Amino acid sequence: MVERHTGLSIFCHVVLLIGAAIVCMPLYFAFVAGSLTVGEVQQVPFPLVPGGHFVENTVLAWNEGQFSRLYVNSVIVTVGIVVGKLTVSLIAGFAVTYFRFPFRMTAFWLIFISLMLPVEVRIIPTYEAVADAGGPLRSLFDAIGLTGFIADRTGYQLDAALQWNMINSYGGLILPLIASASATFLFRQFFLTVPDELCEAAKLDGAGPLKFFWDVLLPLSRANIAALSIILFLYGWNQYLWPLLFTTEKTMATAMIGLKDLIPVADAQPAWNIAMAASFFVMAPPALVILLMQRWFTKGLVDSSK
Amino acid sequence: MPASDAIMMENEGVGTRPRLPLRRSLRSLVGTSEAGLKASHFRRPWLAAGLLAPQLLILLFFFFIPTWKALSLAFVQVDPFGGTMIFVGFENFTTLFSSPEYRDSAILTLWFTVVQCIATLAIAGLLAFATDNVMRGRAIYKGVILLPYAIAPAISGVLWAFLFNPTVGPLAQMLHQLGFAWDPNRRPFDALLLVSVAAVWKHVCYDYIFLVAAFLAVPASVMEAAAIDGARPVRRFFTMTLPMAAPTIFFLIVMNFVYGLFETFGIIDTVTRGGPAGSTNTLVYKVYQDGFRQLDLGSSAAQSVILMVIAVLFTILQFRAVERKVNYQV
Repeated sequence: MVERHTGLSIFCHVVLLIGAAIVCMPLYFAFVAGSLTVGEVQQVPFPLVPGGHFVENTVLAWNEGQFSRLYVNSVIVTVGIVVGKLTVSLIAGFAVTYFRFPFRMTAFWLIFISLMLPVEVRIIPTYEAVADAGGPLRSLFDAIGLTGFIADRTGYQLDAALQWNMINSYGGLILPLIASASATFLFRQFFLTVPDELCEAAKLDGAGPLKFFWDVLLPLSRANIAALSIILFLYGWNQYLWPLLFTTEKTMATAMIGLKDLIPVADAQPAWNIAMAASFFVMAPPALVILLMQRWFTKGLVDSSK
Repeated sequence: MPASDAIMMENEGVGTRPRLPLRRSLRSLVGTSEAGLKASHFRRPWLAAGLLAPQLLILLFFFFIPTWKALSLAFVQVDPFGGTMIFVGFENFTTLFSSPEYRDSAILTLWFTVVQCIATLAIAGLLAFATDNVMRGRAIYKGVILLPYAIAPAISGVLWAFLFNPTVGPLAQMLHQLGFAWDPNRRPFDALLLVSVAAVWKHVCYDYIFLVAAFLAVPASVMEAAAIDGARPVRRFFTMTLPMAAPTIFFLIVMNFVYGLFETFGIIDTVTRGGPAGSTNTLVYKVYQDGFRQLDLGSSAAQSVILMVIAVLFTILQFRAVERKVNYQV
């Protein structure tokens, strides 16, 4: 701050207060709605102070939407996405920056190209890929005659063994979301800034590539891993389109889908109080993460775009 | 050599951010090129292959094969019940471009994306400017304004759908009292407005984070010099801070477009489901509608291909934007 202007300072505080109020307004009304009974939530004008049924509505929403199960699903899927994507991209980033091997640039470009297409633009073919993950292998083996060969010799039906349907499975929910190389690219960029002397020293001391990776590179990447985990956690928890497509069974749905099912539709009883109470426990985990780890996450987000 | 290039080269020398080898010759794809390889490295091809295998396998099954399928499906017609496919060339595309429905969807997507982009950037800019100019309570303001980042687009949709629900929503009731015939279930414009509000509310925090960081990065010495020359804060903002943050703003425009085009599915599905009368049926939502509801796979794949082209264009722009960030370093 160069100099102080009282007028400007007041103006800025007013702007920020209005901004904060607009951010909080939907959350406040959601809380009010979540604390009313079905009858109260429909009165005109809408009450401005909360009623006393929030806990009751939360429990009701939790049981009605089978959230005990959906919450576990959400946790498994989110952790799977975070751990899976971090692992896969750390070792892939390590391979393209620290190894000299044929087709290194080909591998890099194959990974790089995948940055170009967000999942949303290829929903239908990816759905097919998940519904029939063995399909490409089947047609490959058919084409080279392996299926017939094995069936002739051993009577083993390769086609039947290669029927992998991943609809309604954790794999189907996790793997397509890992299939983008953004994190790999990020780690590659970071590894390129690590001083060469570290690797030289490790080699002189007789450390192999894996030991170097585990004892030097991983500890150095801790800050990046932490920031990326937070972003991936939010990304995984807040997924909507994939669980909507890939889970036809209620028991495999995620908490986000459970919330969607609670929204009153046109002809049903407008139980907005239940839906609003549920929205709080569905958005609680990512909101807590943001509030507790704000500094890590803002730094990570801004850095990851560089 | 222009001055900006010199600055960039100097910057490269420090090794802050290695630049992408975007313009490499095709030969380097096959050979063991040195680009992006550490000077001190290992030569264990099989180990490298093993480390790369998980990433490449996942990409093969869930990226390359689906993308290839979308491309090939775009040129055939499939009947929804059997498995018969007929090659029809560009017919899916010509039908799309001549269909008024698709044109309407494209126009409304453009409207929605542009309005969302401008509103988000303007609000985030105002808030970031204010944050830059207050001393007290900065952390609290930031914490509150960042909160929607944690909230899924689908939940943002649910919250706003409730607030503006024509029968029970508190804000809709206020509008009715003021004499507006607000009803997003029947009036197309209301629905589009509601979806836009939910989208902006959810996304302002993203632009805000970047703008606060960009405004903070403006060197104090430059600001002091301007202040000594008699420029007051508002003028300093428009003539110094804003131009210096231009690369970030360009980056954010690209990111806002990407968000508006591809990531607002959850909002639309929870608020309007593309209705009423297709008034919020954006291009991405239409791919889902036509593919999963109408089972018109050929047309849906052709739409996917068009979206892919748009997405590739935006990715290239995005990398350009990231590259341009270097220019204004002092």
